[in-house]
Amino acid sequence: MSVRSSIAVLGVVAVVGLLVFGLVSKGSSGVALGDPAPASPLPRLEGGGDESLAQYKGRWVLVNFWASWCIPCKQEAPALEEFQRQHGGSKFTVLGIDSRDLSGDGREFVRRYGLSYPQLRDGDGGAAHDFGTTGVPENFLIDPAGKVRWLLRGPVDEEYLRNEIAPFLPENKS
Amino acid sequence: MRTGAALLAVVLLAVLTPVASAAPRASLTEIEKQVMCPVCGTLLQLAESPQAQREKAFIRRLIGEGKTESQIKDALVAEYGNEVLALPQGSGFSLSAYVVPIAAFLVAAVALALGVMRWRRAGGGSGGGGQTAAAGPKGDDAERLDADLARYDL
Repeated sequence: MSVRSSIAVLGVVAVVGLLVFGLVSKGSSGVALGDPAPASPLPRLEGGGDESLAQYKGRWVLVNFWASWCIPCKQEAPALEEFQRQHGGSKFTVLGIDSRDLSGDGREFVRRYGLSYPQLRDGDGGAAHDFGTTGVPENFLIDPAGKVRWLLRGPVDEEYLRNEIAPFLPENKS
Repeated sequence: MRTGAALLAVVLLAVLTPVASAAPRASLTEIEKQVMCPVCGTLLQLAESPQAQREKAFIRRLIGEGKTESQIKDALVAEYGNEVLALPQGSGFSLSAYVVPIAAFLVAAVALALGVMRWRRAGGGSGGGGQTAAAGPKGDDAERLDADLARYDL
């Protein structure tokens, strides 16, 4: 192969590579029922350090994407906290992910609503993108094997949690 | 001697104070042209969403604390990641956003220049058109053309 042909092939490969990279990095993403839940580590909203969903394997986890500026998130927060008090334990927890939000505002939100369940921070929205969220709030129920068992692209309330989420959970909370 | 030192101090103070106060003060108007509203996907300047309002309030607070434009942008990156910047940073992988178009332009320019040089060397310049026009059909085509023309009284 001549030098000229090699340069042409390299050029084509470079252009195709850039297109593939663009598609992979910006393309569609998201999870469907039965898919493994994305488990990239995220920083804790408070207390420092990182955590990942992988650390919750063996438990049911209700992942709740929220942000302090989101009005429906304010409305669902008390219901989530009550659900955590009723069912939280070694077999289940709510896990909040504060997405595309200022960390100070997020911490203030947690204090204002007295949220006792663990909270992670997704400042750049990477986790929200991996889950395929289209906004906040969105909720994903993850089973003990780490797979998505239920999802709701919108806010939950007490009735929804009682009727749709609670039936998945083991009887005793401890 | 003591009076001289005091005078010198006053003069130095008078000279240095305007320099210190001349440091550019960050402004919301300038910064919101350079950063994004991550939720809206538009420049912060154009965004009015609740998240954008919080972001603007955050910038105003940092301006109030005397932070520079660069410090404020760093703080925004710490909160929202690199994608909050409207223009990619000039380092790391983001540098490719600047380098690739320039490199592509240079490669295309060199390729074009080489192509033009080869074309001119091959006689594609001013004399080429005449040669092309002068070169008529050859062989069978020429005979067929002559036969066709002979049928007309031109």
